[in-house]
Amino acid sequence: MQDRIDVSKAARGAGMLEAREIVFAYGRGRDILKGFNMSVKAGERVALVGPSGCGKSTLAQILAGMLRPKSGEVTIDGKPLPKKGFRPVQLIYQHPEKAVNPRLKLGKTLTEASSPDDALLAALGIEKAWMDRYPAELSGGELQRFCIARALAPETRFIIADEVSTMLDVITQAQIWELLCDVVSARGLGLIAVTHSAALAERVSERIITFDDKNSPPIK
Amino acid sequence: MNALEVKNLSLEFLMYDGGFARRYLRVISNLNITARAGEMLAVAGSSGSGKSLLVHAILGILPKNARVEGGMTWFGEPLTPALQKKLRGREMAFVPQSVTYLDPLMRVGRQVSRDKAVVGGLFDRYHLDAAVARQFPHELSGGMTRRVLISAALAGKPRLVIADEPTPGLSPHLAEHAMKHFRELADAGAAVLLITHDLELAVRFADEIAVFYAGTTVETAKASDFTDENRLRHPYSRALWRAMPQNGFKPTVGVQPYAGNLPDGCLYAPRCDMRSPECGQKIPPPRAVRGGEVSCYNAR
Repeated sequence: MQDRIDVSKAARGAGMLEAREIVFAYGRGRDILKGFNMSVKAGERVALVGPSGCGKSTLAQILAGMLRPKSGEVTIDGKPLPKKGFRPVQLIYQHPEKAVNPRLKLGKTLTEASSPDDALLAALGIEKAWMDRYPAELSGGELQRFCIARALAPETRFIIADEVSTMLDVITQAQIWELLCDVVSARGLGLIAVTHSAALAERVSERIITFDDKNSPPIK
Repeated sequence: MNALEVKNLSLEFLMYDGGFARRYLRVISNLNITARAGEMLAVAGSSGSGKSLLVHAILGILPKNARVEGGMTWFGEPLTPALQKKLRGREMAFVPQSVTYLDPLMRVGRQVSRDKAVVGGLFDRYHLDAAVARQFPHELSGGMTRRVLISAALAGKPRLVIADEPTPGLSPHLAEHAMKHFRELADAGAAVLLITHDLELAVRFADEIAVFYAGTTVETAKASDFTDENRLRHPYSRALWRAMPQNGFKPTVGVQPYAGNLPDGCLYAPRCDMRSPECGQKIPPPRAVRGGEVSCYNAR
C-alpha cells in the first residue's frame, strides 16, 4: 500500500532487474563501463559474453550491489537495490574457494542465508558427510555446489553466475549448469550467466549480450 | 621416437592415520603415457585425476613422503633421480600453470637466461619488447607473463616441454595464441606434454590425448578421435565428449572417487553404464582397440 504513489513506476519495472547508464572506474582509473544499459526479466536467462578484461565481472558485482557505480543505477522492480538485509540479486563467484570462510565447516556456510531443504541439497548432489568438512577438503566443483545452494535462498530473485564453471571439468560443468537451470526455471528466477565461452552461452541462455572491444556494450 | 615413457606408474603418499598409525594413500595407479619427439600429447581429465602429480613425478620434485612405483624411461634410458636432476630445467622444461612462479624480486630477463643474447632471441620470437627484460614480474600483463614463462622454459633447448594448465583464465584469443606456441615447439622437434582440462583446445592442437580418471589412464587416442563420440573407446571419454557444451552438454551422474576411497577394480565402474561383473575385480589392463589404447574390459 505504501507504494501507491509509485504505482506507475513500479508497474513499469515489475519483475525486472535493470541497469541504466552505468559508468564505473576503479579508483581514478579509466572508465571500464561507459553508460551500460541492460535489463533482465524474472524467468529470463541471459548470457554476458566478452573477452577477458572487458568489464564483465565488474558489471556482475555492480548488478549484485557489491560495487557502487560512479553514475547510473541498478533497480529491481523499478526500485533501487536494497542497501541492507537480504540481497535479492545473488552473485555466484568464479572461485568458490574465495567465496567461503575457510575456517567454517561447510554445514555452517550453507546456512548463512537460509536453510536449504533436503530436496535442493539432493538435487545439487551435496552429500551429508560434506557438512562436517572444511572448504580445503572438498574439490572446486563440490564447493561450487555449496555456493549455489547458499545463493538459492527463498528471497533470491536473480542469480548472476560469473564464470562459475571455468575451472571445472566438462562433466562437472554440465552437471552444475543442468541443476542451476532447473532450479532457476522451477522458481521463475532471472539468470545472468557471465562467460567467455560462446558455446556455453548458447547452451544456457535465451539471449546473449556481447561486450565489444571498446568496453561499451551495445544497448539492447 | 619415444622421448618419455611412463609405464604402470603408481604413486602413494605416506599419511598419518591417527596417532602413530601410518598408511599409504594411493593417488595414481596403473598410469601409462608416452610422449614422442615432434608430437604434442594432451593429458585431459578433471581436477583430482592426478595430472599435476604426474608432472611432479616426471620432474622428480615430489615431497619425501611419496612412494613411486613403476617405470619411467627417457629416450629408452631409465629415468633415475640423478638423471631427473640433470635434465630438469635443461632438457626437460616446465611451464607452470600459475604466473606466480616467477621470482617477484628479479628482473624477468635474468630469470629467462643469464645470457643476454639468448633472452633477446627468445623475446624477439615471442613478440616481447626488449625493454621487458628489465621489468619486474608485477609490471607484466597475464599474456606477457605467459610468454616470459615459455621463453624461460625454452632457454635450455629442451627435448621435452611440460605445460601444466597453461590456458585457464585466458580469453579464447590468448589461449589460442599460447597453444600455437606449444604447437610450434612440437613442430620444431620437441616432445610436448600438455596438461589441460580444456578438451576443445586439446582436440585442435594436440596429436594425441590421454584421458585420466581418478589417477589412472583410461584411454589414449588420436586427438581427431575426439571429434566424434563413436570413435572414442572408453565410456568416460564418451561421457566427457557428451558433456562439452557444443556436443549436447549432457552431464553424467556421480563424482570421481577420491584417494583413500577408491573402488576395487575399474575406477570408473560405479558410474559406468557398460559395467559387467569382471569390472569390480581388477583394474582393466590397457589394450589396443581401433588404433587407440583403452583400459576397459567392454570397450569395442
